[in-house]
Amino acid sequence: MADAEEGAASVGEPLDLVRLCLDEIVFVKLRGDRELKGRLHAYDSHCNLVLGDVEETIYVVDEDDEEEETVRTVKKQSEMLFVRGDSVVLISPQAPS
Amino acid sequence: MLFFSFFKTLVDHEVTVELKNDISIRGTLKSVDQFLNIKLDDISVVDEVKYPHMSSCKNVFIRGSVVRYIHLPAAAVDTALLEDATRREAAQASARAKQS
Repeated sequence: MADAEEGAASVGEPLDLVRLCLDEIVFVKLRGDRELKGRLHAYDSHCNLVLGDVEETIYVVDEDDEEEETVRTVKKQSEMLFVRGDSVVLISPQAPS
Repeated sequence: MLFFSFFKTLVDHEVTVELKNDISIRGTLKSVDQFLNIKLDDISVVDEVKYPHMSSCKNVFIRGSVVRYIHLPAAAVDTALLEDATRREAAQASARAKQS
């Protein structure tokens, strides 16, 4: 690990990828069919996060009379949000459009 | 320890805690510990009609593990300071990983 590559910009362990996302917009997938998009301000080794200007998307499955399932999305905004790490599934640098 | 220290700076601020069972509780953050258990004072349940069974509580202890989100007042958060602290913590963590 003591090669010249090592420095603030290198990706050695998985969480280094998250470190490079600090102060950038990230996409976070959570348990319970939830997704977040917001600016990453903090994280730790448990994947606890603090995000700013967050948009939360919740996917809700509605079942109608004919047992047909339709997916409805609920969107919520938050100016500053702490997310507990045990709900986090993945963190991605580029937000899917 | 990063988030423990962070939440200590938010004591006496109004926060909204969303639990994993979808209940949202608004109240004044009174204390926090290393497990991110929290104590809230003067609480109100955000959707009172849907969850009426909490209306008799004034202050509560919430086990850290049942928390999904904590909505924070953006004005009370110094984001630049938080990012620097995160980088410091990440550097310490990777230094520890290399030793072992």
